[in-house]
Amino acid sequence: MPERERKQKPAPEKREEVVEEAHAGSERGEKLKEDIDDLLDEIDSVLEDNAEEFVRNYVQKGGE
Amino acid sequence: MAVPKILGIETEYGVTLRGAADPNPVVASSLLINGYVEQRRVGWDFEDETPGRDARGFARDGAQPPEVETHLVNAVLTNGARYYVDHAHPEYSTPECSDPLQTVIYDKAGERILARSMEAARRLLPAGQEIVVYKNNSDGKGNSYGCHENYLVDRNVPFALLVRNLIPWFITRQVFTGSGKVGSENGADACDYQISQRADFFEEEVGLETTLKRPIVNTRDEPHADPQKYRRLHVIVGDANLCEVSTFLKCGTTSIVLSMIEDGFIDKDLSVSAPVSAIKTVSHDPTCRATVDVAALGSCTAIEVQWEFLRLARKYADEYGLEAAGGDEIGAVVLDRWEQTLSALERDPAELDGQLDWITKWNLLRAYVDRDGLEWNDPKLELLAVQYHDVRPDRSLYERLVRNGKVERMVDEATVIAAMGDPPESTRAYFRGMCLTRWPDSVVAANWDSLVLDVGSDPLRRIPMMEPMRGSKVHVAQLFDEVSTPRQLVDRLTAS
Repeated sequence: MPERERKQKPAPEKREEVVEEAHAGSERGEKLKEDIDDLLDEIDSVLEDNAEEFVRNYVQKGGE
Repeated sequence: MAVPKILGIETEYGVTLRGAADPNPVVASSLLINGYVEQRRVGWDFEDETPGRDARGFARDGAQPPEVETHLVNAVLTNGARYYVDHAHPEYSTPECSDPLQTVIYDKAGERILARSMEAARRLLPAGQEIVVYKNNSDGKGNSYGCHENYLVDRNVPFALLVRNLIPWFITRQVFTGSGKVGSENGADACDYQISQRADFFEEEVGLETTLKRPIVNTRDEPHADPQKYRRLHVIVGDANLCEVSTFLKCGTTSIVLSMIEDGFIDKDLSVSAPVSAIKTVSHDPTCRATVDVAALGSCTAIEVQWEFLRLARKYADEYGLEAAGGDEIGAVVLDRWEQTLSALERDPAELDGQLDWITKWNLLRAYVDRDGLEWNDPKLELLAVQYHDVRPDRSLYERLVRNGKVERMVDEATVIAAMGDPPESTRAYFRGMCLTRWPDSVVAANWDSLVLDVGSDPLRRIPMMEPMRGSKVHVAQLFDEVSTPRQLVDRLTAS
């Protein structure tokens, strides 16, 4: 396997980040909520138009 | 001793053809593959005109999809992968890889190949039509399509021993391999959200079927390698993953567990009672607290069974090393990551947002439930759950999360893009890929375990490749440097 791949290590554990968040004040909490709201707004903008119709039409043949 | 865990992943993608009066998934799948292969042949240039497309957004009258050859669409790519139509789905099989991180790279390269294919197909289709593919395993209406892993296993290991240890392994590894699903299917008990896309479809413990009465352990015996020495374990019980951490853990831990089984290292009876119902019990509980009955442990959670496997794996690593499971260095990363994952699952699964698919998707859906006050049977949640797996970069909700820094990546994108064209260097896929790169017109046929070359005169020459580790860069790079034609290659191979 090439060197460049071997050297890659997973990013630090999520756990540390979470602990830090638990100590953060409500200001941080507000910011997180705003981030989530922004993200959902962004996702809304790429979401297929008609959920009901999309779900009805998403039919696959079995495979394997 | 355990044999090296050469491995690969085959993925059937969900496929839709939009805007067509009578969409045919076989035609759509064929168009993707033909479109990709043709673009690849003539070079990638998406700046060209799109003749079928009108900027005003409407189709020409009477526009028809192009005529395509739909049978036997089967391409072998220069990266050593196979790309073909299976049943009614486009399927990408990674080349043979030698460790879990390399498998992540080639599995992700497959997603990029499908994305390119959609672009290429768009240019072949009349205006107003589009093919869209999804890397998931179910349509939510009882139809499932697979994501199969394959591992090289020593032929001498009794199959019954594999079955006994693998059933509890497959039932409990779902807690990190699942891709998450809204609701249940196939007659399983109702639920809002479950861990696995696939669990509802498993009806037997062991068997040969893959399309109905699916078994937890599949017995297909088609080694694509020396049948005296090897078995190819065909794992049909997994989910297609987008999160690189999920794929890495799925392949890394399973490689270690298989090595332990081969070396007779699992000294406890971890058999789970009533496996077919237990696999659903685990999947249907996103809190990961549901219990199953395990012979040596009594009533316990999937996570507790996983801790037992991890304890054995750490001991195995100390005593035997992890050379067979992709090497000690990567093996150590797998073990640490596995441990961190189990710890986090025990504390609060939500901590693994951005690492595991089922949790990343679940958190996204719950954010929508909170914001919009949705019930779990709301079509919007099912739409979100499907569109998470959309492979188009601009529409995929998974990719949207990646771009927002919400998902951890384990490999860099440049490496993934390179892997669309270049084979892994550590397996026979290198030999296959190099032949296809250098002499595309002389490769008459390429299969997993052989390659047929036209050397310019009769007869065609067949090169057997029965050893998955042979044909690596270390073995054949010098040979490729020293020859300039297929005939020279064959002469050199037959002389040695």
